[in-house]
Amino acid sequence: MDRRTVIKGLAAAGGVAATTRLSAPALAQNAKVLKFVPQSNLSNFDPIWGTQYVVRNASNLVWDTLYGTDANLKIQRQMVESEEISADGLTYTFKLRPGLKFHDGAPVLARDCVASIDRWSQRDAMGKVIRTIQEELSVVDDKTFKWVLSKPFPKLIEGLAKIATPCCFIMPERMAKTSPFKQITEYVGSGPMKFVTSDFRPGALAAFEKFDGYVPRSEPASWQTGGKVVHFDRVEWLIMSDPATASAALQSGEVDWWETPLPDLVPLLKRNPNIKVDIGDPFGHVGAFRFNYLYPPFNNVKIRQAIQAATSQQDYMQAIVGTEDALWKPMASFFTPGSPYYNEEGAERLKANSDYTLAKKLLEEGGYDGSPVTCLVAQDQAPMKAMGEITADMLKKIGMNIDFVATDWGTVGKRRASRNKPGEGGWNMFHTWMAGVTTLSPIGNSAINANKSGWGWPDIPEMGPALQSWYDAKSEAEGIATAKTINKIGMDNAVYVPTGFWLGYQAWRSNVTGITQGPCPWFWGPKKA
Amino acid sequence: MLGYILRRILSTIPVAVFVALFVFSLLYIAPGDPAAVIAGEHATPADVEKIRKSLGLDQPFVVRFAEWSSKIVQGDLGTSIFTGLPVSKLILQRMEPTISVMLVTLLLAVSVAVPLGVVAAWTAGSWFDRTIMGFAVLGFSVPVFVVGYLLAYVFGLQLYWLPVQGYTSLAKGFWPWFESLILPSIALGLVYIALIARITRATMLEVLSQDYIRTARAKGLGERAVLFLHALKNAAVPIVTVIGIGVALLIGGTVVTESVFAIPGLGRLTIDAILQRDYPVIQGIVLVFSFVYVLVNLAVDLVYTLLDPRIRY
Repeated sequence: MDRRTVIKGLAAAGGVAATTRLSAPALAQNAKVLKFVPQSNLSNFDPIWGTQYVVRNASNLVWDTLYGTDANLKIQRQMVESEEISADGLTYTFKLRPGLKFHDGAPVLARDCVASIDRWSQRDAMGKVIRTIQEELSVVDDKTFKWVLSKPFPKLIEGLAKIATPCCFIMPERMAKTSPFKQITEYVGSGPMKFVTSDFRPGALAAFEKFDGYVPRSEPASWQTGGKVVHFDRVEWLIMSDPATASAALQSGEVDWWETPLPDLVPLLKRNPNIKVDIGDPFGHVGAFRFNYLYPPFNNVKIRQAIQAATSQQDYMQAIVGTEDALWKPMASFFTPGSPYYNEEGAERLKANSDYTLAKKLLEEGGYDGSPVTCLVAQDQAPMKAMGEITADMLKKIGMNIDFVATDWGTVGKRRASRNKPGEGGWNMFHTWMAGVTTLSPIGNSAINANKSGWGWPDIPEMGPALQSWYDAKSEAEGIATAKTINKIGMDNAVYVPTGFWLGYQAWRSNVTGITQGPCPWFWGPKKA
Repeated sequence: MLGYILRRILSTIPVAVFVALFVFSLLYIAPGDPAAVIAGEHATPADVEKIRKSLGLDQPFVVRFAEWSSKIVQGDLGTSIFTGLPVSKLILQRMEPTISVMLVTLLLAVSVAVPLGVVAAWTAGSWFDRTIMGFAVLGFSVPVFVVGYLLAYVFGLQLYWLPVQGYTSLAKGFWPWFESLILPSIALGLVYIALIARITRATMLEVLSQDYIRTARAKGLGERAVLFLHALKNAAVPIVTVIGIGVALLIGGTVVTESVFAIPGLGRLTIDAILQRDYPVIQGIVLVFSFVYVLVNLAVDLVYTLLDPRIRY
């Protein structure tokens, strides 16, 4: 065969391929299958044992909750038909909706709820608080259970309804009796979808199939509440660690919905007429860095205040989201912008916005001796990497020395648990971020606890009573007033430093409708043409 | 020969022991804490400690190693810290995609690189030879992920000819399976093609200068017969050696390729396990790869005997 013949043949093959499309990467093929790229790796599926956001988001499909929070931040009944609260506020009696079934066909019973609440409350910050005043959590009959307290706790139902992880998902009793420090081994729930265990490839694929026995509520769906009717027979979670791959897959139509596109790729997606882009979670994300209270310099409140004064939230936020100013807001509070509890009490130093003169003065008053500040920065988490670089620059500008530990999140996770001295395997500060929905109130914001039990072992004696006052508040107005006290105490003591509030995008194919904003991806509502 | 094969297989045991001890020790002293990753951001240090205890991560090195190695001896690679699934099950789930990528890459690389190398040697000094060697340098220089992204952009996003991600099992049909492997194999194969082409050219040049080649031509044999029946056969031993060594390159390369093309193979499993500090999975994969590599070297040694009748064990 001569060269000309070969070239002709190749050209013909190319022409055929171009016209017939070797593989028209199917516009996510089947209208009854939704392909979704989640925010991170789903490697385990126990929402109480592993409290990562991605696990909670997947768990919303499989497990239901007694109460939920709707898009207006109102608590609504979900699995509960009715509740009775005794006049003294000590006894809560809950009655389940009729017809609720688990995926294995067994009815949902009160004992399943009791066991699930018990497991959840051993891990959840608010659940732990309730346990300290719990007298009894018991079954009354198959559909009724009661919770008896030793003192009133007005926020109890709010705790059962919260979206912040861990949520109080209801599991069969046999599963819920697993220690909360061990992983469950089966994934049976009463939610709108069943987990397809046989298809689970941790780190690659998780699949969910519609549960025909699901009994939705009659109200329209709204976030965690209402009639959670899923319009797909199957939902596939395709884990893609490389954002470029996810972007390409969305553009080619191989996936339908991408939860968290990288900000750098959003302009490219916006230019594509087949893709829609919108804000994902209206409550966004909150950046922060936390101090180690055990060792100098941050065992000294003056030095922590110096860092507050030097902080420019604009610098931090622009490092994370770029130049699109609509995507970030300053946050001189421990509560998320948009939350009824948002207030800026005591935040004058933070609002000073990189007042280096004040910062240096506070450093001097605090007796900073030039010792290097061991700063842990996770390089594999984009927001933390960005924040770390801003912090390094800031500390140098105010005359502090820094030991910049560039590592991965796994190492940060281990090292921050160390009580060693900073120069001997310990640390002085680390960066983190939280979903804005967790800092709507003190319920989910464990970082504000300063009872020596959190990361860095913050010790602010007056914070405990202030938080208890919030839990005990009988009205929203009272709660708001208490939140101001909490904010002031936190700011005065710089319990941690919020670096700002930012929003992220989500992106989906234009043939998919019904995707809404929310702190979690909601699979009830979307449909595909 | 059978005795030789058996001895080589048995020799994997001390290798496996050494690798097991080395990897276990390395992971033990490496920073990171799977319990902290599992517990999440909102857990307290006390919660993390309880999880660590429940996973047995608070046990001393000797206890943990003894437990793990006693399971290995019974063929149990342990249980993944994160997923709770047997490590052997996780590895088996991921083997097909990785083996598929490696096999197709190997076939592609050998079938392209060897003829290129032969022709480059035959036309040594010509524009063709220089062009091939130039592309070989490019093949070494351009990272796999860059090639991968370019291929996905051109063939996936512009031409819509091929999928940009994912893997389809062979059980679902040959063409869907092969289609999902074309781009990853080309991306991964370029380095391999460059390597094999260069070695082929170098050894062919040496062989082509030998007297017996001159004799073959003098006898009136056509160039094709001279090149492929006489020269290539004598040049094959070093080429096969490089192909065998290149399997290690492939194993490393699959990690990047599987991430770029979202292929659920052993490479991605390795990366995820390392990032999460899923020690049993890391240990299991390293052991499996060590064993595979020993077997590949054995296969290479056996192929020598087919190529060179003077080699006998």
